[in-house]
Amino acid sequence: MTDRIIPKTYLVELDVNGKTCRAHVPARTTLVDFLRDELRLTGTHVGCEHGTCGACTVMQNGKPIRACLAFAVQLNGEKITTVEGLCKADGSLSILQDSFCATHAQQCGYCTPGMLISSQYLLNQNANPSDSEIREAISGNLCRCTGYQQIVDAVKLAAARMANEEQA
Amino acid sequence: MSRPFKYIGTKRRAKESPRFVTGQGRYVADIHLPGMKHVAIVASPHPSAKIVAINTEAARAAPGVQYILDGREFCAATEALPVGVDAPKVTRYALAQDVVRYAGEWVVAVVADSRAEAEDAAELVDVEYEATRPVIDAELALQADAPLVHPAHGSNRLYHRKFVWGPVERAFAEAEDQLSFRVRWGRSSSVPIETFGVVAHWSESNQLLDVWASIQMPKYPDQLARALRLPGNAVRVHYDVDVGGSYGVKRGIKHTVLVSYLARRIGAPVRFIEDRLENMRGGDMHGPDRFFDMQVAFNRDGIVKALRIRAVDDVGAYAGRSPLQLGKPVGAICGPYQIHAVEYEPTSVMTNKTPQEAVRGFGQAPTNLAIERAMDYVAQHLGMDRIELRRKNFIRKDQFPYLIPSGSTYDSGDYHTVLDKALDGIDYPALLRQRDTLRAQGMLAGIGIATCLEPSGGNAAFEPLFNPKNETTTWMDSCLVRVDLSGAITGVMGTSSAGQGHETLVATVVGEVLEREPANIRVVRADSLNALPSNSPVGSRMAIMLGGAAAGAARKIKTTLIQLAAHNFGCGIDDIDYNDGNASQRSNPAKKLSWDQLVEIAHRKYHLLPPGMEPGLQATFVWEVPTGGAMPTADGRVQMYPCYSFEAHLLLIQIDPDTGKPRILKYLCGHDCGVMINPDIVHGMTYGGIAHGIGAALFEKFAYTEEGQLASGTFMDYLIPSAMEVPEIHIVDHCTPSPLTTFGQKGSGEAGYLGSAAAICSAVNDALRPLGTSIETLPMSHMDIWNCISQRGTKELRKTA
Amino acid sequence: MKSAAFEYARVGSLDEACELLAQYGDDAKVIAGGQSLVPMLAMRLLAPAWLIDVARLSILQQMTVTEDQGVIGAGVRQCVAESDPQLNQSIALLRKALRWVGHTATRTRGTIGGSLVHADPSAELPLVAAMLNAVFTAKSTRGLRRIEAGNFFTGPVMTALEPDECLVEVSFPLWRSGKTGSAFEEIATRHGDFAMVAVAAQVSVDPSGRCTRAALGIGGAGPVPHAFADLAGRLIGSRLEDGLLREVAQEAAGQLEPTNDLQASAAYRRHLAGVLAERALRSARQEAAV
Repeated sequence: MTDRIIPKTYLVELDVNGKTCRAHVPARTTLVDFLRDELRLTGTHVGCEHGTCGACTVMQNGKPIRACLAFAVQLNGEKITTVEGLCKADGSLSILQDSFCATHAQQCGYCTPGMLISSQYLLNQNANPSDSEIREAISGNLCRCTGYQQIVDAVKLAAARMANEEQA
Repeated sequence: MSRPFKYIGTKRRAKESPRFVTGQGRYVADIHLPGMKHVAIVASPHPSAKIVAINTEAARAAPGVQYILDGREFCAATEALPVGVDAPKVTRYALAQDVVRYAGEWVVAVVADSRAEAEDAAELVDVEYEATRPVIDAELALQADAPLVHPAHGSNRLYHRKFVWGPVERAFAEAEDQLSFRVRWGRSSSVPIETFGVVAHWSESNQLLDVWASIQMPKYPDQLARALRLPGNAVRVHYDVDVGGSYGVKRGIKHTVLVSYLARRIGAPVRFIEDRLENMRGGDMHGPDRFFDMQVAFNRDGIVKALRIRAVDDVGAYAGRSPLQLGKPVGAICGPYQIHAVEYEPTSVMTNKTPQEAVRGFGQAPTNLAIERAMDYVAQHLGMDRIELRRKNFIRKDQFPYLIPSGSTYDSGDYHTVLDKALDGIDYPALLRQRDTLRAQGMLAGIGIATCLEPSGGNAAFEPLFNPKNETTTWMDSCLVRVDLSGAITGVMGTSSAGQGHETLVATVVGEVLEREPANIRVVRADSLNALPSNSPVGSRMAIMLGGAAAGAARKIKTTLIQLAAHNFGCGIDDIDYNDGNASQRSNPAKKLSWDQLVEIAHRKYHLLPPGMEPGLQATFVWEVPTGGAMPTADGRVQMYPCYSFEAHLLLIQIDPDTGKPRILKYLCGHDCGVMINPDIVHGMTYGGIAHGIGAALFEKFAYTEEGQLASGTFMDYLIPSAMEVPEIHIVDHCTPSPLTTFGQKGSGEAGYLGSAAAICSAVNDALRPLGTSIETLPMSHMDIWNCISQRGTKELRKTA
Repeated sequence: MKSAAFEYARVGSLDEACELLAQYGDDAKVIAGGQSLVPMLAMRLLAPAWLIDVARLSILQQMTVTEDQGVIGAGVRQCVAESDPQLNQSIALLRKALRWVGHTATRTRGTIGGSLVHADPSAELPLVAAMLNAVFTAKSTRGLRRIEAGNFFTGPVMTALEPDECLVEVSFPLWRSGKTGSAFEEIATRHGDFAMVAVAAQVSVDPSGRCTRAALGIGGAGPVPHAFADLAGRLIGSRLEDGLLREVAQEAAGQLEPTNDLQASAAYRRHLAGVLAERALRSARQEAAV
């Protein structure tokens, strides 16, 4: 072991779903690997590692990013939200998560976390999106199971429910 | 059915969904074992070469490296993987030995403390090759002077047979007209968003291999044990792993043998999760790459008399089960049509390309494309309406059960009604008007139609059909249902799931039979040492086979409860009323035993049990696929899958004549899969299948350069359609129950995919028809469509419009 | 698909970045958003020893609009530029182009400078910079250097930046006289994919409807985005008649020397360029007329 080069590591400290998390990692550790391997937050999935499938989508300061296209060290001090952070404070399903269950918007569940992040961001920006706005908003998230139909239905249902909740 | 179902067919949430929307699914990449090591692969850059030398010195010295394995060591220590046809010389191992046969083939496996370090070391492995001449094109590979992919096999032809079912010669001689054409299904696949992954751990003290994998594959533990020269009970596959999509392809047996060998060799848990580049090039999961030379004989009234189908399928560099994908379509070789004579000549060819694996439909979707193109061609040739032509040739609902020339009997169906419902659903007259309006505006516009079958219930009758040495006719599935002392019900299934909602399926049918709320029924997935036999979710079989097994086990429990109540009431079982799990005596309703009381007797009150009854409350049910169990006849007739779902696709497509860019404006699918156990799940798979077919028709292709390099090995060039390319899809349901299954259900796991590519091809060709041109090769890229248009000239179109 | 190992430095100032670049040269890469760079690192097409992170330098985040130019810091996130009202008003074309850049999630982190420096021949921002004749300002320990767009893009994913230079800002000339209209047309196989061909057009007209200024550029159809200054000049003084627009579009397409790839042949690309150029010019004309 004497001749083994110990790669330099960097301290990364992130606010993940409201909790401060820190670990020493090599600079080449992507955010998604940091979340999954260091923090064991395995809800965020890896699909392509080259920024095209959207499975690893998380929020950085409330905006969606691809967690395979950022190194954890670049994000030091930032606020990250993953699928594990979407539930209500009491741990119950959010309106969007519940709507995904209601319309059967997931089959294998692999793209689902990224879909939820992209859809939640859309609803945060636009309380009443049209079908085409929903489709554009999730166009960076590939799904092989659903043909997207029940996902679009879920986002519409969530928008309607949120509007009702506000009125109530 | 004597009464409507209580839970079956109602809108109910899938049991699996809550864990998926909270990020609590457990996929293979989420399995973390202490001390786990990671694999990276050194792949061949050449499509065909001799391995002259492998120098691993620098790699061995790299940080974190645990082990470096090459093909010589590995092939000596393991058995070759099975071949689906009788071609014993087409040997295949996870690592190449001495020769590489496709660009991307695995040559060396590097194990290191982290995946990144494994990749670092893989870059340092120095393999010296001597390139040899590859063969990339299937037709060239069939020529006498072609380089041989497997010289020991003596030919690149892996499988060939000519089947003649019915009076083909006479039908062609007597028919009033005939035509011929070629149509090509491009090399694409189901490409799940999760790549294949496996984690293996060998316990020396227990002499037991534990495996977690993203798997959808029959006989996986058996094949693994055999390859590793272990007894079957030394392999334990954990099926409680969520599979991130499969649709046929998640069959990483080579990956698993490799990783298991490494885990045993180095004495530590080993994990290999393909990265996307490894997945696309060396994951061995490409789909059918097939062309058809079609001849159709027909009369002037539009009745199709006979088909001659020559199918050539390029399976890539190794065999596996891929040649059998030419076999399954035998069971629906004439589609939903009354065609009494069919000649079928399948040829399976090897080339220096990535091997083929099972893809959704197991070869049926390309065959459906060929049959549907034939129907469109005949209609066009006769100047008949495409819908009218199909109506004339459809098997009528009063003709079921219907025996087709190749020996399968279709169980049930009502194709005319489903098509009518689809036409109504999409408002066909309005669709025609919209097409014609678009054409008048100078656009190219076309209506697509496809009416196709989804054989379901998955037996493997194509195995003995294509390989006389294989006498497998058993194709069972099973379920265990248990009621514990608290009265709670648990169903145990013996396979993994990839999004098909099997937990929901089992809970729904068990709840239906026992009249207990499915939401409260837990369903678990046993490991392979605890599991009853299963053949995994292939061939659209689980609604039929797992659903039937779960119902069978639940019925046994219900029978036990009724016997128990009758014994305690002192009456006959015919005098028992069973309602929501409670039993009462019909002739004396004051006598009652509640569910909880019955369960307690079964578990704790042996003195109240009928003599000879087993205590506790559990039942297993194992059953063979309905109509299965027979060997093929000498002339190649066999009953393939038992049940036949039907789908009628209609769509309107618009093509920009200046750019060739297509846009689907409307899409509807009429669908009949018998009784739907969970309509949302059926619809979901159908939507997904249609989207998958849109990909195969317009976007997705594993393209190869002439030199044999994969040109679309990333998600930047292998183009999976997004929500912007997949249109809003409508489904119209119809229900013709199957007489062969527990509740009348048929399969639907491949629904949508079996007809959507054919329908889109039909639509594009309808759009191109005013130009007098056509396109018969999938996928139809923007450029392909434009090439077609430009040969005729867009100005011409404008004039005629 | 893990990047090769590298060391990482988040610099506190532009000078520090330049010093590190001077020290490491070709062994270092500047990273800001990383949306183009990280995939290349993941596939190990690039393996720099150092990444120099300039993302948080406030000097690179500035957006200034003056009388005659709009200056955008290299580190401005695409999502920020996309939603900046002042920028949208002064360089409307930029927003139109940005909508075609990747997806929402890549525009969150992707920067204006990052896309320009990556210089993918089919990328949208280099096309806009080339056709509007933007001016790039780069810094090194040797000082500041201004590079005109025409000299900036030197080949596919190649620029005139020296290994020790860091892009600071890009300055777009503003068209203040008359009424200006612009259009961005693109065809990609899927929404969000790299363009097979992209076209940007911008025209100004005087109150009588006569064209006073025009620019046309085509991307994706050659090693670098192609600006057609001379051809666009032919529009000046005209009333942007249909026939003239078609003629200019066709001539522009004819001057291209596109390459073949999986998605599009050279002939298809040239054809698309003509079609889209005509469409872009018409849309720009229509917008200027409103």
